[in-house]
Amino acid sequence: MIAEIGHYALVLALALALIQSTVPILGARLRDGALMNVARSTALAQLLFVALSFAALVMLHVTSDFSVVNVFENSHSLKPLIYKITGVWGNHEGSMLLWVSILALFGGLVAAFGNNLPISLRAHVLAVQAWIASAFYLFILMTSNPFLRIADPPIEGRDLNPVLQDIGLAVHPPMLYLGYVGFSISFSFAIAALIEGRIDAAWARWVRPWTLVAWIFLTLGIAMGSYWAYYELGWGGWWFWDPVENASLMPWLAGTALLHSALVMEKRNALKVWTILLSILTFSLSLLGTFLVRSGVLTSVHAFATDPTRGVFILLILCIFIGGGLTLYAWRASALKQGGLFAPISREGALVLNNLFLTTACATVFIGTLYPLALEVVTGDKISVGAPFFNLTFAPLFVPLMIAVPFGPMLAWKRGDLVAAAQRLLAAGVSALVAIAVLWAWTGGGSTLAPLAIGLAVFVIAGALSDLAERTGAFRTPLAVAARRARGLPRSTWGSAFAHAGVGVALIGIVCETTWNSEHIATMRPDDMAKVAGYDLRLDGLTQAQGPNFREMVAQFTVTLDGRHLAVMTPSKRNFTTRGSSTTEAALLTRGASQLYISLGELTGDGAIAVRIYHKPLVLLIWFGPVLMAFGGLLSLSDRRLRVGAPKPAKAMRGLQAAE
Amino acid sequence: MTLWFVFALMTAAAIFAVLWPLGRGHQPPSDGNEANVYKDQLAEIDRDVAAGLIGAPEAEAARVEVSRRLLAAADSERTPATRSSLRWRRVAAVLALVGVPILAVVTYLPLGSPRLGDFPLAMRAHTPDGTQPLDNLVAQVEQHLEKNPTDGRGWNVLAPVLARLGRYDDAVRAYRNSITYGGDNAERRADLGEAIAGAAGGIVTSEAKTEFERAIALNADQAKASYFLGLAAEQDGRTADAGSIWRAMLAKAPADAPWRPLVQAALARLDATAAPALPDSTMAAAKDMSEGDRSAMIRGMVDRLATRLKQNGDDVEGWLRLVRAYMVIGDRDKAKSAQTDARQAVANDAERLRRLNEGLKNLGLDG
Repeated sequence: MIAEIGHYALVLALALALIQSTVPILGARLRDGALMNVARSTALAQLLFVALSFAALVMLHVTSDFSVVNVFENSHSLKPLIYKITGVWGNHEGSMLLWVSILALFGGLVAAFGNNLPISLRAHVLAVQAWIASAFYLFILMTSNPFLRIADPPIEGRDLNPVLQDIGLAVHPPMLYLGYVGFSISFSFAIAALIEGRIDAAWARWVRPWTLVAWIFLTLGIAMGSYWAYYELGWGGWWFWDPVENASLMPWLAGTALLHSALVMEKRNALKVWTILLSILTFSLSLLGTFLVRSGVLTSVHAFATDPTRGVFILLILCIFIGGGLTLYAWRASALKQGGLFAPISREGALVLNNLFLTTACATVFIGTLYPLALEVVTGDKISVGAPFFNLTFAPLFVPLMIAVPFGPMLAWKRGDLVAAAQRLLAAGVSALVAIAVLWAWTGGGSTLAPLAIGLAVFVIAGALSDLAERTGAFRTPLAVAARRARGLPRSTWGSAFAHAGVGVALIGIVCETTWNSEHIATMRPDDMAKVAGYDLRLDGLTQAQGPNFREMVAQFTVTLDGRHLAVMTPSKRNFTTRGSSTTEAALLTRGASQLYISLGELTGDGAIAVRIYHKPLVLLIWFGPVLMAFGGLLSLSDRRLRVGAPKPAKAMRGLQAAE
Repeated sequence: MTLWFVFALMTAAAIFAVLWPLGRGHQPPSDGNEANVYKDQLAEIDRDVAAGLIGAPEAEAARVEVSRRLLAAADSERTPATRSSLRWRRVAAVLALVGVPILAVVTYLPLGSPRLGDFPLAMRAHTPDGTQPLDNLVAQVEQHLEKNPTDGRGWNVLAPVLARLGRYDDAVRAYRNSITYGGDNAERRADLGEAIAGAAGGIVTSEAKTEFERAIALNADQAKASYFLGLAAEQDGRTADAGSIWRAMLAKAPADAPWRPLVQAALARLDATAAPALPDSTMAAAKDMSEGDRSAMIRGMVDRLATRLKQNGDDVEGWLRLVRAYMVIGDRDKAKSAQTDARQAVANDAERLRRLNEGLKNLGLDG
């Protein structure tokens, strides 16, 4: 009965979504408050039914009801409880149900907390949200139904892909989906604004929290996915420029641009049309990501099943929403009133530059990801666009962007003074130069680029700090005054400083890991020693162990540094009988922000085992940076105050020039 | 019955969600508007000035800008949503009352299985053994073996059942485990080879052949292994070798050996036709076919082999078999094109290319 209730709840959610996508629009046309309010109650009811449906599927997985195809294909009675639950979204059907659940969650949140919105805007936003939801409910029910049954249920399931049997599955997909789907709200707001034909600074203020939430989760989701790949796949790599990773990076880049342009819009009522376009593009890229990952166009650990009808269906959804959104934009954007003006050298100008670089970077990733696919479709040739392409195109775009980052917050709104900003960044520039010089001396002229890149990162971090120092007047005013001012600073200012510093921190991690990473690959027998980056590792022995649904071979390493015993590391290789596949469980030893990484290879015939040992200096900074960014986003989100970009008055400028 | 009652309740809740706002009529507009945001922004500027975050001239400029926006917003303020169109509300209500249940039932019925109850595993563990289908028993044994993977006897019992069920890949794994944990012997090696050949669709792959050779090394008289080695020879086109292996088997075998007829039939086939080799079960089926059906079946098998090689071109033996099959059928053009395809497929691997060329030379095609 649980399965059928879940199934029926999903069908009811579809029915409600269809009503929600039509009646409120009608209400907005007729200016009928009651009809417009239908959007609210149906959005909440829809959330209730989807949540019920999702809970039912979780229940089925937990009780191992193999009469449900989805449970049979992806679960196993011996799986630990946590993986029975996470296994719900460790497969195509379940992950799509999670997708719509999150969509309904965001719709429900807008319905519940959108009291400050004009009623017609809210009705339109929820209606657009319901269009998306209807399309995906139909997709699930028609092509990826998780509640289909087997009349004669088998006694045991086929188990979940062993690579996914990890705590990462509990965190990464929900985070990523919260990010992807969160951008549906800014999309809905953009479409609603286009339908209403009105857009202004207030719009940006209403959209801000939703975009921020989506961006925070997407940032954490991508970082988490990268860390998961790092420790689970056994190669010690954290970013492969894999199309699936790119599919999540594209909405992030566009979303970051959106975040910044919406800021200009809220504060200065400028860049309105561009912000609308970015909102549409960001969610389009999220949809594209879903399409790439779910259609089976790409084969990877993410493609649970490949079924052409699904691909065609998602492609159809993609075309309707992206095509429809852009058509509406082309048709209505000219009707929108242009906003405030600003000089090229100004805070607005800096943010436009930021947008320019971010969207270009996004376009590069887009081309690098889709060009091989397009080429294969047209000519049948298989080419692979890998790290070299992205490193060559992405880096030149990010270097000027990073140089520009500290300047942005230093410039005044409307018309800024680049020289004054540069003067205020003098300390940051000097510290960057010192960092470069010290590194050069220390590494003895090894890699030329690495110290420069780290200098750039230091510049970004120091720039963020000098912005804070500038605003609080630290070093110029007494400490007590500065502390009082620091408390008085808007939390959004702290937020942007943290987020910008996070970029620099991540860059330091990336540069250190790629430049000074040392690896040792060997075939080792018990009592063999290996020496990596000053650490001595001894293989004590190999033991077999039985897990709940796997057998594992555990190798035990004793790590010593200068004869001092540090730790025992136990990497293992797990063998899952049901799927007949195995995974490597790397062992990690964290020392500060650096890590020692051991992963096991194949066992040779004579009792020796292939071992890969890496020392990754400051590798943890790669993920600490995004966490810092997300924390900055959270600070900014918690700042409920309104944002006003006080423009620098023209008169004061003229006075200044006259004095010179 | 309970299920339909629950469905009815859920439907009622869904309908209620639509009707509720319609029934409540119009409420005083508690909704926000642009003007509020700008008023708050003005207040914000005052607070920023008080906190010393912005200077007085900037604050003044900002105030001017925000006030301008405030005026614009107040100008274009929507006429308040006071109108109520009863007719359309009724339409919406009817839509909910009729549309929701109909749509839900029409969508659910073809997809759902309302008559099927729950089957949580805990409930099903106690079903009496006699009524369980073979699949369930197999699953139970598999589950037992997952917890006790070193139970060689268990693998030994399971493996032939899996092979009979057609789950060759699982059977291969089971036989391997049975050998690892239950000990190595000629019979198990031969069975393993047979399962590998089964997984390859009846073709004795080099992997299978290795197992049969191991079986023979353990016990030179292992009948199954000898038969399959003969079959491998036949599939490779070495019909003379195949014949001599099988004849040797018959010569050594006791008169009442159960496999005697099978080997005799294979020998007869070898003498009678030079068609590409078939696994014995297929051959048995082919015996009763008309000439047309048989050649259709052979063509089908050749096509399957060609498709497989198109997907994975690394298999030199496979390519040679394909070229040979085309020649036997008498399709010289296809043999030629298969030869070209084969060269292309293995072009990147010098060792394979060499083996391929040698094989082609033996076939009498130009080397």
